Amino acid sequence: MLKPIFWEQVMKKVLFIGTAITVFILFFIILYILKNGLPVVDLEFLLSSPKDFGRAGGIFPCIVGTIVLTLVAIVIATPLGVGTAIYLTEYTKKGRLISIIRFGTECLAGIPSIIFGLFGFVLFVVYLGLGWSILSGGLTMTFMILPTIIRTSEEAIKSVPNSYREVSLSLGGTKWQTIVNVVLPSALPGIVTGIILGVARSIEETAVVIFTAGSVLRIPTSLFDSCRTMSVHFYILAREGISMENAYGTAAILVITILLINMFAYWLMHRLMAKYS
Amino acid sequence: MFKQIASILMCAAIIGCAKGNMQQAETINIAGSTAFQPFAEKLAEEFMSAHPDVRVNVQGGGSAVGIQSVQSGVVQIGMADLVTLPKEAEGLNSIVAAKDAIVIAVHPDNKIDNLSLQQIQDVFSGKVNSWEQLGGEKGEKGEKKTIAVVSREEGSGTRNSFHDLVLKGVQLSPHALIQNSTGAVKMMIQTDPSAIGYITHGVVTPDVKAVAIDGIAPSLKNIKAGKYNVVRPIFLLTKGELQGKAKEFIDFILSPQGQKTIADNGLLPVK
Amino acid sequence: MKSKENLIQFGLLLTALSTIAILLLIALFIFQEGLPIILKVGISGFICGSHWSPQQGQFGIFPMIIGTAWITVGALLVSLPLSMSCAIYLSEFSTAKVRAILKPIIELLAGIPSVVYGFIGMVILFPMVRNYFGGTGPCVLSASIILGIMILPTITSIALDSLRAVPYSFREGSLALGATRWQTIRMVVLPAAKSGILSGIILGVGRAVGETMAVIMIAGNSVIIPNSFLDPVRTLTANIALEMNYAIGDHRQALFATGIVLFITIMILNVVANTIARGGVKE
Repeated sequence: MLKPIFWEQVMKKVLFIGTAITVFILFFIILYILKNGLPVVDLEFLLSSPKDFGRAGGIFPCIVGTIVLTLVAIVIATPLGVGTAIYLTEYTKKGRLISIIRFGTECLAGIPSIIFGLFGFVLFVVYLGLGWSILSGGLTMTFMILPTIIRTSEEAIKSVPNSYREVSLSLGGTKWQTIVNVVLPSALPGIVTGIILGVARSIEETAVVIFTAGSVLRIPTSLFDSCRTMSVHFYILAREGISMENAYGTAAILVITILLINMFAYWLMHRLMAKYS
Repeated sequence: MFKQIASILMCAAIIGCAKGNMQQAETINIAGSTAFQPFAEKLAEEFMSAHPDVRVNVQGGGSAVGIQSVQSGVVQIGMADLVTLPKEAEGLNSIVAAKDAIVIAVHPDNKIDNLSLQQIQDVFSGKVNSWEQLGGEKGEKGEKKTIAVVSREEGSGTRNSFHDLVLKGVQLSPHALIQNSTGAVKMMIQTDPSAIGYITHGVVTPDVKAVAIDGIAPSLKNIKAGKYNVVRPIFLLTKGELQGKAKEFIDFILSPQGQKTIADNGLLPVK
Repeated sequence: MKSKENLIQFGLLLTALSTIAILLLIALFIFQEGLPIILKVGISGFICGSHWSPQQGQFGIFPMIIGTAWITVGALLVSLPLSMSCAIYLSEFSTAKVRAILKPIIELLAGIPSVVYGFIGMVILFPMVRNYFGGTGPCVLSASIILGIMILPTITSIALDSLRAVPYSFREGSLALGATRWQTIRMVVLPAAKSGILSGIILGVGRAVGETMAVIMIAGNSVIIPNSFLDPVRTLTANIALEMNYAIGDHRQALFATGIVLFITIMILNVVANTIARGGVKE
């Protein structure tokens, strides 16, 4: 009987080491970026415009570009995504159509960003004549983050106990009234989580933005202006070797933003789960 | 909630459209060659400070994007850095805005200063694959130091010009590393002591070492005198005759002031 | 009232159909742009041709397909030991509290922009590979390590979820029969969670196949069929992103055609992952 217990001990150690390595890699990457990037970051870096293609100065236009592009994507993707989630959870029994829609959502989630980039470039930039613009980029990004929002909202709506709906329906509410007044408010933290994860996705994306929104380094004044997001700015600075300091600085801001967004999303999700369990 | 979202969306779209239309008269879009892009950005900055009512949007994208987007009307001006324009550019007006020398570059620690045209062809075709064979150093432990050839991607204007002017029909080795911008090629060269590649003269800094070809160094003096002849034109492409601000911008680029900006930043002026 | 309700339901149905519409639209545009060249060169000529030289009219993407396969296998070799360790350890050995903290932390890895991974590969991995293995730095090995780290969170999180979904009674039964915890994991828990883990791995493969920016930065992008882990390679995604800028005419179509191959590959992976996951539910 010694052998199984021996293996138990060995495997436990091996698995622990594997986990430790993974966590170490994560901390290494984050700390490496922050260590090299944070010395560059100050209020001026955040709020001033870049000079000499980003060799000097700050990243303010990129912050604006990132926010505006993300807003466009979120404003369009949220109603579409939440609407789909409502239909999939509240209106349908199992059926062929539903499994097709669900399959479509899964597929959309798996499509590589470069394909979205090609598609957005042909449809919005060339075919619809929107050019490289925030609108082209935002619309393409909408398609990319839609699956995330649908899936997270679906989970949130499903987790609302049935008794809530029954109370509302028995009080004479219609189905839609029940959804708007009871289901959605209860599922709100989950839905917001989905939106936040969508925000994170559109902040980190690079290929799609270069293909559809371009990379003009200026504060955009309309939705038809091209913009450069922080990820694209980082990519160009680092890859073209324009300025390593500013590249690290931009990366540090990116990593901090993503960290905060993720933490906020988990906090919300946690609240939702605590509420119904 | 949905009504609100919908109304916000509508407002945003309307404002966006209105602004877009309002500005269309004053916006110049220019796209294409990544080699000329930094210069175009600088020229645009100067032009805009003289004409505050005009916005010049400069996009990179590459020569093909430049040609296509002029043809399709997405931009008014395209930039192309090819020695010969492809058939897709037929029917476009082309103006040579500047000339650009292509430089063979190696890591600053590399002892090699000069290569013959034949040697360059051998290196890029993969026939010669160690620095030792060219009279360079061995590795630290005396091992063969392989040459890392860095090239641009298929279709690139710089690559096509390099093939036309230097390789002259010799096939590039398939083992060459491929990078899709001048800056990325330069990054490879300055970080890898065994690398060799070609970049435009305008971006040469002390981070890399420019190699002389057959004893002629790619100095500004030699290039201007026509001694260093790995030089290609940079075209501005337009569809038909331009009107208004876009024409003014091209005139500005060709003006003494514009040409001076080009020369100050390392390209060759045409006037 | 009734008609309003019906109208809403109809509106929501249209919304729900939007994902399908988008998917079809993407397929339509990619195929419309890329199909002509495939028909011109021939499907086998395009997929099995080993010469890619669009300006000379040679459109074979076989080296890119092999390159993608090498990097994907490499990424799995890097990722699987780590992600499975994480998933099993967190599910079976760690306390609930440690799991609640570590799971979101590992999922954070998925949130770091891919360009940052590519950059880390360039500045940290290249010199290491150059010193310890020789070569120039950009190669299958570098790309596999970075991609392996990038797909860690996908595989870990799905595998962890499916391990947690195995009913506790399964474990109790095995432990009551005198099996150790590791024996229980190996013979009861892992087989029960098999389909979930497998679909997680396939989704990880999908992510590796689809990654673009990081790969461009660290794979070297040479169009050759690699002989070793130190050879540079080009993936399908890299081919599109690298050459799109300068591509005209047939060349441009060939890049869209590369997109078609990629699209179909990802669709097949999705269908397989889906089928496996559904098979697991039925059991």
